[in-house]
Amino acid sequence: MSGNAAFLGMPAFPRNAAAAVQDSQLRFNLRKATRTIRGRRASVVAELPDWAELRAAGRQIKDHTLRNLDRYLLQLEEAVTAAGGHVHWAADAAEANRIVTGLVRATGETSVVKVKSMATQEIGLNEALGRAGVTAYETDLAELIVQLGDDWPSHILVPAIHRNRSEIREIFRAKMAAWGRPAPGELTDDPRALAEAARLHLRERFLSTKVAISGANFMIAETGTLVVLESEGNGRMCLTLPETLISVVGIEKLLPTWRDLEVFLQLLPRSSTGERMNPYTSTWTGAVEGQEFHLVLLDNGRTRVLADEVGRQALRCIRCSACLNVCPVYERAGGHAYGSVYPGPIGAILTPQLRGMASELDASLPYASSLCGACFDACPVAIDIPEVLVHLRGKVRHPRAERLGMRAAGWVFDRPARLAGAQRLAGRLRRFVPGRLPGPLAAWTDTRDLPDIPAESFRDWWNRTNGGTR
Amino acid sequence: MSGGRELILARIRAAVTGAPDVEVTRAYRTTRDLPGAVELFAERVADYRAAVRVVAEEETAATITTALAGRGAVRVVVPAGLPPEWTPPEPVADDPPLSAAELDAVDGVITGCAVAIAETGTIVLDAGPGQGRRALTLVPDYHLCVVRADQIVADVPDAVGRLDPARPLTWISGPSATSDIELNRVEGVHGPRVLEVIVVR
Repeated sequence: MSGNAAFLGMPAFPRNAAAAVQDSQLRFNLRKATRTIRGRRASVVAELPDWAELRAAGRQIKDHTLRNLDRYLLQLEEAVTAAGGHVHWAADAAEANRIVTGLVRATGETSVVKVKSMATQEIGLNEALGRAGVTAYETDLAELIVQLGDDWPSHILVPAIHRNRSEIREIFRAKMAAWGRPAPGELTDDPRALAEAARLHLRERFLSTKVAISGANFMIAETGTLVVLESEGNGRMCLTLPETLISVVGIEKLLPTWRDLEVFLQLLPRSSTGERMNPYTSTWTGAVEGQEFHLVLLDNGRTRVLADEVGRQALRCIRCSACLNVCPVYERAGGHAYGSVYPGPIGAILTPQLRGMASELDASLPYASSLCGACFDACPVAIDIPEVLVHLRGKVRHPRAERLGMRAAGWVFDRPARLAGAQRLAGRLRRFVPGRLPGPLAAWTDTRDLPDIPAESFRDWWNRTNGGTR
Repeated sequence: MSGGRELILARIRAAVTGAPDVEVTRAYRTTRDLPGAVELFAERVADYRAAVRVVAEEETAATITTALAGRGAVRVVVPAGLPPEWTPPEPVADDPPLSAAELDAVDGVITGCAVAIAETGTIVLDAGPGQGRRALTLVPDYHLCVVRADQIVADVPDAVGRLDPARPLTWISGPSATSDIELNRVEGVHGPRVLEVIVVR
């Protein structure tokens, strides 16, 4: 059920969020998980005296790459090809799915193992493969939980963050048998036992599957190297054992030089899982150890984001999820309310730019924030998310009542005499102003209190009392 | 290859026309000397719940024997190029290459490494002599890694500078782990569940 199709026709963020905050189990799970990770991140970030300098370099490297993206992509293509890999270009989701499906079909295989990848979720690759008769097995523990539970991902790093241990045990007990090796008979909800169950469930599949599909955290233009950071070893299994490896990577994941990794291999693990380093990082250049290697470069709206002077900074994102973990809105509403594989603050600026703001849901996302700015502070590549949110709000077509109200307010505020007249009128009629506004204006008072209207404006009081002296 | 290539490149060029370029300032710490790197490395590896022993050169062989005996590891894979004094009495060679199923049936693997990072407690393998292809340190459930003190660098930038991107690299920081259940770290998922490190001064 992952992929964009799952989110089509979803209601706007406020309605999703209003429903989600009623789910006390969800709020408990999210609160516990985000608190844990916030503490860990803060302590490992504080260990580095040069964090601010690393963050500045990370921002600059990404901005420089984006400015010269065409040149660096061509350099990457040349390096990957020289190292025995094959490079494909996909302008949109349909083209990417067609390319990958064709590559899998050419191997004659009907199953693939997958490393957790946001890009393949974004394009709905699993569904496309399914239609072509190919079963895609997710191997990351959280992705496995989502796939077995016929669920949607709700977090960039930990897609099953909305599930607690006892829910996960129930999913494993009920669903593992339909996908392969069943869960052990006396499975407890101890995380160790659950991880062990996942290990047993996937072991044979890793050792026998011939085709793997991955994303990548970084691509190095200079050398043609791809980089995958992970924790469990499922990534290494997929990258190492199968005969054919297909990597689907967004064009913004590029870094110009090998040396640039020295910045991002410090920024990403500490921001993401709150570790000094994640357990496993794999890098490979072209076809290695006898493997067939295909790289599919994905646009799917990224060049549209790149064309927006303010919004393009969203393409710096390295998918660490630090902004989700510090966001008060995300912590209460959860990831599903955002209706996209990219939830939280980064999703609120990335999704409407990638997909456009035609749907009610996508137009509501720039408002899914209190603009508190915690996300900006946490972002390892200094994406000014509040700035982009406000920028995107300016592009949304506002409801008729709001537009009329704003036009009327503009007329009043335009002349001091009109303002003074309006204030006197309001002061005289203040007993008749209701606490909640009627009709479409209720949208305003649903979430805000109307201020008490004073009997007299400050200016009138000043003139009458000569500044309080009379 | 396809029409997608020219289309994407044209879209990029149209999108960034007139945008200013950005200069990269590397004001962060780069290559540096770190007194006590061996101790810091050992401490940081131990933080990941991996067993660490720091020994003198002449104690290496005996320590390897002790470590393997402690795990009950008899059938241990030995990659080509491992120093003979590190090699256990009944080595399993990867020649001809072992199948994934065969690797799954051994008791463990013993390797050297290419570089180790003190600040992060990381070992980097580059498939060179004494390390072998990537699957050797992935499928067996127990990985014993011997690190020489002169292979330990201070921090990530030192390691990136020493490594060759043309080789397949595996950066290892502790045993396989997951944080996917309530964001609590649990060691031991698909990679080796036990990592032991011997640092030779």
